[in-house]
Amino acid sequence: MLSRALRTSRPAGLRSNAFSRVALSKRTVTTDAASAHADKDAVPQEDDKPFQVQLSDESFETYELDPPAYTLDTTKKELKQMYRDMVSTRRMEMAADRLYKEKKIRGFCHLSTGQEAVATGIEHALTKEDDIITAYRCHGFAYMRGASVKSIIGELLGRRHGIAYGKGGSMHMFAKGFYGGNGIVGAQVPVGAGLAFAHQYNGNKNTTVALYGDGASNQGQVFEAFNMAKLWKLPILFGCENNKYGMGTAANRSSASTEYYKRGQYIPGLKVNGMDVLAVKAAVAFGKAYTAAGHGPMVIEYVTYRYGGHSMSDPGTTYRTREEIQRMRSTQDPIAGLKQKLIEWNVTTEDELKTIDKESRAAVDAEVKEAEEMLPPDATPQILFEDIYVRGSEPQFMRGRVPEENYYY
Amino acid sequence: MSRLLRPASRIVSAASVRPVARSAVQSFPRVPAIVQSRGYAKESGNKEYTVRDALNEALAEELELNPKVFVLGEEVAQYNGAYKVTKGLLDRFGEKRVIDSPITESGFCGLTVGAALAGLHPVCEFMTFNFAMQAIDQIINSAAKTHYMSGGIQPCNITFRGPNGFAAGVAAQHSQDYSAWYGSIPGLKVVSPWSAEDAKGLLKAAIRDPNPVCVLENELLYGQSFPMSEAAQKDDFVIPFGKAKIERQGKDLTIVTQSRCVGQSLIAAEALKKKYGVEVEVINLRSIKPLDVESIVKSVKKTHRLMAVESGFPAFGVGAEILALTMEYAFDYLDAPAARVTGAEVPTPYAAKLEDMAFPNESVIENYAKKLLRL
Repeated sequence: MLSRALRTSRPAGLRSNAFSRVALSKRTVTTDAASAHADKDAVPQEDDKPFQVQLSDESFETYELDPPAYTLDTTKKELKQMYRDMVSTRRMEMAADRLYKEKKIRGFCHLSTGQEAVATGIEHALTKEDDIITAYRCHGFAYMRGASVKSIIGELLGRRHGIAYGKGGSMHMFAKGFYGGNGIVGAQVPVGAGLAFAHQYNGNKNTTVALYGDGASNQGQVFEAFNMAKLWKLPILFGCENNKYGMGTAANRSSASTEYYKRGQYIPGLKVNGMDVLAVKAAVAFGKAYTAAGHGPMVIEYVTYRYGGHSMSDPGTTYRTREEIQRMRSTQDPIAGLKQKLIEWNVTTEDELKTIDKESRAAVDAEVKEAEEMLPPDATPQILFEDIYVRGSEPQFMRGRVPEENYYY
Repeated sequence: MSRLLRPASRIVSAASVRPVARSAVQSFPRVPAIVQSRGYAKESGNKEYTVRDALNEALAEELELNPKVFVLGEEVAQYNGAYKVTKGLLDRFGEKRVIDSPITESGFCGLTVGAALAGLHPVCEFMTFNFAMQAIDQIINSAAKTHYMSGGIQPCNITFRGPNGFAAGVAAQHSQDYSAWYGSIPGLKVVSPWSAEDAKGLLKAAIRDPNPVCVLENELLYGQSFPMSEAAQKDDFVIPFGKAKIERQGKDLTIVTQSRCVGQSLIAAEALKKKYGVEVEVINLRSIKPLDVESIVKSVKKTHRLMAVESGFPAFGVGAEILALTMEYAFDYLDAPAARVTGAEVPTPYAAKLEDMAFPNESVIENYAKKLLRL
């Protein structure tokens, strides 16, 4: 198999970072996006008839935990939807990239190109009653939680009908079951523990996915959240999206241990191939069942890779080689990986996938266009000062730059 | 260690007479009769409440009324509260509603903020607001700003409470007043109760308010008794935010003050009346944000003189803000430059006589007012 050949021949050409260090150990999680296997003959004709996919035995590593089944029950419909989701997310991020370069997007803009399998796989394992909270690389998650491309791009453009009405921008997006979009590295982790606390308090069986990066994993409050979550058996899946660089600092240059899935110490850990959307879904589904059974938290490390820089202002090439990026793009891409599998398993044809590509690109492009046509918020005091406090509970007035600009509610 | 030892010493002092050596306490052991007799109707239904009891009652009532309310903080449950404010709540409401947290302010504050985002109404207790500095990012960035950043779709109904400001003999790290810090943040509401009625009404209002609210209590007031009116004893008693209370009517000078300094200012006002026959109006701010500018201006129009009294650091403080607002809104009514009495610009020293020099007291207030009035 091509994928296996690719994987085994993976050169240790990276700089001495976490990734190559991991590669030294005996059995490690791959980042091969096309490592799963399904028996062609077992794939049903019907779109929504379940069948089983065999995940690669290099999909997971575990810590203080019996590994999940290396299988995933899925349907052709779901696989195609996953593909469509990843293609759409990437198209949306590419649109953001273009708009930023056209200077239509202000400030910070962090793209998740390369990491699509994480947001997509997680969402496919959850229900809308489960919660997700993440840091600032949030567009893909907001989209997967149900936000429209139009509302997300509209927000990036600072439009009145953006998802946060032009008040939040790239890093602050909220939707049902989605709690941002948070700009302070690591701060979302205890907040996520609070979301899980609320589920427990209300007697829900839902889980919370609280994501942070390999950079944030060293924040003290992450460990504070670990402690409380384990102490109180909170139904939370801490999720370290390990894209190998916290801004420009390689994981092994920031972290005394780069085995992020083990860093919950007393919390079981699961390391998963974050480039394989199927493995991600299987891991999160397993984790959700684990938390629902009352076992408390789990730390899941999604091994992934970001193709772009940390943010739009970072070319992303001073701290890693162009070859490394190129190799990940060409051999480990989550979209190409799934595509290869879908064709191999006869789930779909290349033509159908091309149609999906076309359709989702057209849909995203149309929404981006709509977003560009949206109007920015009127520069009025009423809009400037609205929503500082819950409506109806505002103070009598808020102060403007000079007393004459004071805004009375 | 101070964390563990200090509360223990508090139980002792709360249960018996305060140690004589503690000057801050010694000079002001109970609310003097002049204070008690003012501002409250002498109804037969009045009852004496300590501030601690008032806060406890407020928490108990809100826990009773709304199942979404829970109390979480260090030592709030089994220990009965480091300062006994949460005494008995665990027994009454159980460990689901009254939760001891680990000593990790940033973490448990973030957790309560998350619970609030998910629709619960947490009361997050800080053993003191000095420790909340470890969590101030969660209070400001995660709690106060989220509603605005989300375009109004994500509220955060949370109450942060705990003792604020200087205590007695606890030195620099345990003695800071954060009114100005939190008071400067749009998205937060901040209250600073003085009396038992203030404490109960403002805490209940904070818990019910759909926004994040900081309730800045004062350790030295916890054990003080105040009369509580019949209305305030009921479980529907709340005090609206943004409304100051005129604790003493006057025509010659307006003192705008908050928290423990209200009591000190009232004593100073009484002394000024006795010695010089002047009538000082004392305004208890109650609410730091929003600030009741209207009441201040109205009073200045009457008295033509203003003095702000607070115990925080002077630079960029509550007093500075009040003076600036007075300049902006009431300059034409002033007969003299507005003045302020504040804490001294020094990390709080431990030794008693040095500590005395670091904070306003009755005689400093009286003397500075006298100077302002050219008496």
